[in-house]
Amino acid sequence: MNRPKLQPFSRPKHIDGFPIGTCFDAGHLVDTNAGWRTETPELNPGLCTGCLLCYLLCPDGVIFQVDSQLAIDYDFCKGCGICAHECKAKAIVMQKVEL
Amino acid sequence: MTTDGRKVFASGNEAVALGVRLARPHVIAAYPITPQTTVVERLAEMAEDGSLRCEYMHVESEHSALSAMMGASAIGARTFTATSSQGLLYMAECLHYASGGRFPIVMMNANRALALPWSIYGDQRDSLSQLDCGWIQVYVEDAQEALDMIIQAYVVAEHPRVLTPVMVNLDGFVLTHTYELVEVPTQQAVDEFLPSFQTTNKMDLAAPTNMGFTAMPADYMEFKFQQHRAMLDAAEIIAETDRAFGKKFGRPYGGLADGYRSDDADFILLTLGSVTGTARVVVDQLRAEGHKVGLVKIRFMRPFPAAELAFLTRKAKAVGVLEKNISPGYEGTVFTNVNSAFLNAGRLPLVLNFVAGLGGRDISKADIAQMFEQLAAGVKDVPNDRVIFVNLQVDTYEQSDAKTNHGEEPQPARVLLRP
Repeated sequence: MNRPKLQPFSRPKHIDGFPIGTCFDAGHLVDTNAGWRTETPELNPGLCTGCLLCYLLCPDGVIFQVDSQLAIDYDFCKGCGICAHECKAKAIVMQKVEL
Repeated sequence: MTTDGRKVFASGNEAVALGVRLARPHVIAAYPITPQTTVVERLAEMAEDGSLRCEYMHVESEHSALSAMMGASAIGARTFTATSSQGLLYMAECLHYASGGRFPIVMMNANRALALPWSIYGDQRDSLSQLDCGWIQVYVEDAQEALDMIIQAYVVAEHPRVLTPVMVNLDGFVLTHTYELVEVPTQQAVDEFLPSFQTTNKMDLAAPTNMGFTAMPADYMEFKFQQHRAMLDAAEIIAETDRAFGKKFGRPYGGLADGYRSDDADFILLTLGSVTGTARVVVDQLRAEGHKVGLVKIRFMRPFPAAELAFLTRKAKAVGVLEKNISPGYEGTVFTNVNSAFLNAGRLPLVLNFVAGLGGRDISKADIAQMFEQLAAGVKDVPNDRVIFVNLQVDTYEQSDAKTNHGEEPQPARVLLRP
């Protein structure tokens, strides 16, 4: 799965090292979205029919395939629950995150 | 040759359109609003007849016009838009966006009063209410300066140390619709003075960038500091550009602020925009009568010519700030800025605020002569109220009302405006 790699922004020591305006190298990702979740989707491979509806409907594109099985990129899943709501086989269930 | 001697009879708006064509913008988008309309009409005609080769976009609002300019600027295009009054306020969100994104857009604003009461006539409350939006603001005195400042504006805005949008302000009708003889520089001279726009602050397939991103509290302030520093640097670049323009085209304008008979003046009036022309005539008349008066034309409100104003008025006993503006409940914003400049320079002459010309009311020579009289009188007897509404057509004393006095002695009328 081709996800952008996290790269910390190494803050320059001098203001001249800052980008001029909001313009910086494309694809420079400093943070994940895991912390946004209050519920986490859990996938039961035994129930999954491989219909790919969740893959098509995930607004963040975090559902991907590994060796013909689906998996979820928990670094960027925001926990919206659309996949669980749409899964006709009930193979995805939202679990409360213990805070 | 910087000019082929070609003089045209042009209104302020038409002079701006001629300046824009000489600056060769790639993209223009604007929404018509009185009294700006004729500038975009002329530009649309130029785009139509092929004398201006640019993408001319029709947009549904001022918010969209400036948004389109940001999009074009984000691929490195030179851009122009124009607005006025309600239109300027409608694009207020985008004003901050454009300066924060460091897009060197040049925009003409036709200074016009704000509703309510509804008015299409000129004052400067529209642009002066937007001093904090991070744009360079220049106010011009006549159509020639309007044309010349459009060309200078691109040089300043696109300078790598500045990268800040510029708003060129023309008094509605008085400048936008008044016809004057205007000298038009040659295309070759303007091309030499204003090279094509080069920037790294853009989307580029060879060096892909993310633009317009979020900054968290750990980084946001540094971006604002950078903008502040760029604006301070702009003061130097503006002066430099004006000197170079003067050398090439023979018309220097004095940079951030320009004194007129102010060197030895006891009483100086600070002016903004077209009223400067009227004030020059009054200064000449009063000088001929032996009065030591002068004026200083504030050309830029951002960056603010703080040191320049303190220097140009250094010998004055009293200074008047004439502005077509009021911040209700306090004073005119120009007055606030001038007082701050004097305080920082460790100088405290008598400063009076003449609020005039709101909603297009004429500011006559007699009005200006009276301002000088009030400055002279104020030195001897400092007035309680330093904010003076010029040429109000009614009394502003509170009327004593017998019914509220409950049999007490009637109270003397007092001035409604307090110091």
